[in-house]
Amino acid sequence: MELKDKLLDSFIAFEEDFVLDEELHQKRIDALKIFESKGFPTKKLEGWKYTSLERLLKKDYILFSKSDNYIDLKDVKKYFLYDVDTYKIVFIDGVYSPFLSDTTHDGIDACLMSAALTKPKYRKLVDTYFNKIADGQDSMTALNTSFTKEGAYIYIPKNTVAQKPIEIVHFATGNEHALWLQPRNLIVVDQNAQVQIIERHQSLKPHELVTNSVTEIYAHKEAYVDYYKLQNDLDTASLIDNTYIAQEKQSNVSVHTFSFGGKLIRNNLNFYHRGEHLNSTLKGITILQAQQHVDHYTLVHHAHPNCESHQDYKGVFSDRSTGVFNGKILVDKIAQKTNAFQQNNNILLDDKTTVNTKPQLEIFADDVKCSHGCTIGQLDEEALFYLKTRGIPHKEAKALLTYAFANNVLESVQLPALKKRINHLIASKLGVNLGFDL
Amino acid sequence: MLTIENLHAQVEGKKILKGIDLDIKPGEVHAIMGPNGSGKSTLSSVIAGNEDFETTAGTILLRGEDLTELSPEERAHKGIFLSFQYPVEIPGVSVTNFIKTAINANRKAKGQEDMPSNEMLKKIREKAKLLEIDSKFLSRSLNEGFSGGEKKRNEIFQMAMLEPQLAILDETDSGLDIDALKIVANGVNKLRSKDNAIVVITHYQRLLDYIVPDFVHVLYDGKIVKSGTKELAQELEAKGYDWIKQEMVE
Repeated sequence: MELKDKLLDSFIAFEEDFVLDEELHQKRIDALKIFESKGFPTKKLEGWKYTSLERLLKKDYILFSKSDNYIDLKDVKKYFLYDVDTYKIVFIDGVYSPFLSDTTHDGIDACLMSAALTKPKYRKLVDTYFNKIADGQDSMTALNTSFTKEGAYIYIPKNTVAQKPIEIVHFATGNEHALWLQPRNLIVVDQNAQVQIIERHQSLKPHELVTNSVTEIYAHKEAYVDYYKLQNDLDTASLIDNTYIAQEKQSNVSVHTFSFGGKLIRNNLNFYHRGEHLNSTLKGITILQAQQHVDHYTLVHHAHPNCESHQDYKGVFSDRSTGVFNGKILVDKIAQKTNAFQQNNNILLDDKTTVNTKPQLEIFADDVKCSHGCTIGQLDEEALFYLKTRGIPHKEAKALLTYAFANNVLESVQLPALKKRINHLIASKLGVNLGFDL
Repeated sequence: MLTIENLHAQVEGKKILKGIDLDIKPGEVHAIMGPNGSGKSTLSSVIAGNEDFETTAGTILLRGEDLTELSPEERAHKGIFLSFQYPVEIPGVSVTNFIKTAINANRKAKGQEDMPSNEMLKKIREKAKLLEIDSKFLSRSLNEGFSGGEKKRNEIFQMAMLEPQLAILDETDSGLDIDALKIVANGVNKLRSKDNAIVVITHYQRLLDYIVPDFVHVLYDGKIVKSGTKELAQELEAKGYDWIKQEMVE
């Protein structure tokens, strides 16, 4: 059976298994119709020109995992930000793990989507925010919406600073030979509230895994949200990440995406502006080997005057890895005094790697500062010579320069423990033994 | 210490060095002067092993050992050091971490263990003091946002740490004000010893007031056309390079 048909057929069992009230359920049904009519995106679509899902769709996936998959904490501790205290919302094969989690309702809510969808006390928030900014016409998003059940639900009330970073971690055990996951996250950060969130997907042993994730983030007036996506999975795991962010006036939202491993990763990252004087930051470091593929597809929609957006994506590609960057900046006629910057720089370490980079600027206002730049190149020979004259061998010199190239994106990471961790990951990905503590 | 015989080098088919002979003994300081485009920087790049240049004839011997076929890093391990005219910026790697990496790479090449960190720290402090470098500077990213003077001071700091047998200072005075020049020159003078040698490459005589050379050579059109003592540098300063060109024609 085709995967699409299998998904459509399984919906009947799913809707009976996870019953929602009429209004929410109607959203699932409507979304399913969209998916049914559109199907999976193909390379014929402009936005999917360089990323093909075809290979992934041929496997026979388990759509709902058993609920008794168990993981010992000591085996997975290293995947958490263990040197600082955090709240944790943890899933094993898509199922909530109370044992590994550390959720809270103390001042803030960091808990489960399934609870938010079904308990009356969350009803108002769910009605206000759920599926309001996710692109209803996008078939992967619609597919996720139709199977909405589990994920993270985070609410930070007005004037509240979340005291600890929140980790959303998805483990896949590999007990199923092929698994299809669809987590759904909803994050609401109210006026003048602050939160830091880290999201990670991790397979524990090689198996076919596809995660089609949707996250909606609402940043109200003067809110601060720092979101970090750590994508360092095994090269049997694929991720289609659909993130939608709505920002109100004077808010600050940053999303850092660290793509260091996986079979196929597609990051659809969308920022929508709903007020003036706000700031959006999109940063990424991509370091790929083997036949890994990462596609960053960003949209920043400037719809109000006096806003800023900064995009800086760095990529390092070796072996036969491939990368795509498509960055769209849309500036409405009303959005005067917009500052929008975009930068995408790539280094190819082998001649079998491919990178496609495409800035897309659509500017309808006349008093704006917008810039974009992209480069695809090799390491600077003069810089290599400089390092070698200091006695540093060719291989290490190359690694050191690559490290330096990627590293400066890390400056804006606000969490020192995470910064240190990413630093180590970059060094180990590049095979650098720099002989010093990073 | 360093013996260069009949050295010819070219880049992209363009002949730049056309037969250089130079003999430098331990303890000596040699200045190489010459007008722009005479081949001064090429000579320093070729000695350090820059693969952009093709050595078409001649030999470079360090203590009798032929360097011609060696890579830049192998030459560094043998004791060659080049202070760059335009040092490269490396964001995200501090001065301290960079020098540690370089020192341990050199030790590894010689089959030695990494330098113990307390010893490293002591040496870094000692050499930083020599060049009036403060500790804040050491934790900054290598050359990133450094002023001209800071970059050159950092080059000589690396020289002090690596203790080369033969150091080539390529236009070390360019971009320096007089105070920075004095600090750099003072550092270099303290590193002079009977066991090492220094080649100072410069367009102007100014630096040679502070780093006094034993010998001065004039490079013109890829050849050393005149050699002498420090008085030659003063003569060049007073008369410019035109009289050399004139002599060549005659």
